[in-house]
Amino acid sequence: MSTLLDVKQLASQRAGRTLFADLSFSLQAGAVLHIEGENGAGKSTLLRSLVGLVELQAGTIQFFPSEHGLAQEWRQHTLFMGHKSAVKAELTALENVALQAQLSGLTQVDAWQLLETVGLLGLEDLPAGQLSAGQQRRIALTRLWYSQAPLWILDEPFTALDTRGIDLLQQRFAQHIEAGGAIILTSHQALTWQPEQLQRLRIQGGEL
Amino acid sequence: MSRASSWTALTAIMKRDLMVVMRRRSDILNPLLFILVVVSLFPLAVGPGPDILGRIAAGVIWVAALLSALLGSERLFREDYLDGTLEQLTLQPQALPLLSFGKIAVHWLLSGLPLVILAPLCALLLKLPLAGWGTLMATLLVGTPILSAITAIGAALTVSLGRGGALLSLLLLPLFIPLLIFASGAVEAALVGTAAWPQVLLLAGLSLLTLLLAPFAVAASIRVSVN
Repeated sequence: MSTLLDVKQLASQRAGRTLFADLSFSLQAGAVLHIEGENGAGKSTLLRSLVGLVELQAGTIQFFPSEHGLAQEWRQHTLFMGHKSAVKAELTALENVALQAQLSGLTQVDAWQLLETVGLLGLEDLPAGQLSAGQQRRIALTRLWYSQAPLWILDEPFTALDTRGIDLLQQRFAQHIEAGGAIILTSHQALTWQPEQLQRLRIQGGEL
Repeated sequence: MSRASSWTALTAIMKRDLMVVMRRRSDILNPLLFILVVVSLFPLAVGPGPDILGRIAAGVIWVAALLSALLGSERLFREDYLDGTLEQLTLQPQALPLLSFGKIAVHWLLSGLPLVILAPLCALLLKLPLAGWGTLMATLLVGTPILSAITAIGAALTVSLGRGGALLSLLLLPLFIPLLIFASGAVEAALVGTAAWPQVLLLAGLSLLTLLLAPFAVAASIRVSVN
């Protein structure tokens, strides 16, 4: 199995507090990395610094294959989903899904099919602002069904989802892993699905 | 990144912004009504005599345009920031300046272009002599893209500050001074019967330069703001 991501001696500080220091790990294709830690331990900061949304204090992050050295190239090979779902409250579920896909540069996407997959058929004409938090989350998660990126970086993907939604998401994770992808996720819930290669990384926050 | 997918993303972001604003029409209408109200206050304040009004008309319309550009500017990136769209945009494989250009273009379509269309009505309200109408509309046509582009830079810079409205006005208004000088100068020239096109062309050049460079500044500001 090939290495997808290699992280060396990462350090981050926020508001004068060290969140983590000297953090190193690598991720193989087909592996799941579950990042654990208390609230405020720095899980989100770690994920955000992996994709370059937060500047690094120290350390190196290398995406493989390393010819994808250019920022634009590795962006095609990673998919990041944060706490915020990037769903437009004014647009309907269907429009949200279609435009999300087009923003990712895809011209041919069957938005109806995607809505059916995440179980939102019948709600496609409602403005997303009128849907529940879990339903909005499902709209955002449709990206996982057409993404070509081998590395998924997901911050609390199960938030607001019901048990069926969580099962559905984990099925999709399993497909992705089988296809040779890798996932980094944070979650306070234990995964009900047991991937073959599950790495755990615990961030101990609050080191002053 | 292929050219086709960049094009798809650009049209997608423009379509999305247009659709969002079309469902919140007050965002477009309020600044336009604001201009109309400000402009119609002037005859009441300085008296209805055509000699004074006609001379200050172009200046008044332009100042009202500047203020109205600031009126809705906070919202340019606010929603996108709050719902996480900005974060996703910075992570798109497509170039962020290109997407920023899309947002500027939509902002102009919905705030600058209506202003150009509204200009004859404002000119009528202020008794601007007919000789100046064409030039006024020309300056608005080439000048309002500058308004949209520079407002976008300011809005992107202050989007994470919560209430950046007052700061935004202080930051941006001084930058509009050259625009104001050349635009009212052009109309003045048309009114006295000399050639107005040098100023209009200068504004057009300034406009192109701003549109070329502003997307990069907006992109950099967005990156700072989502950090």
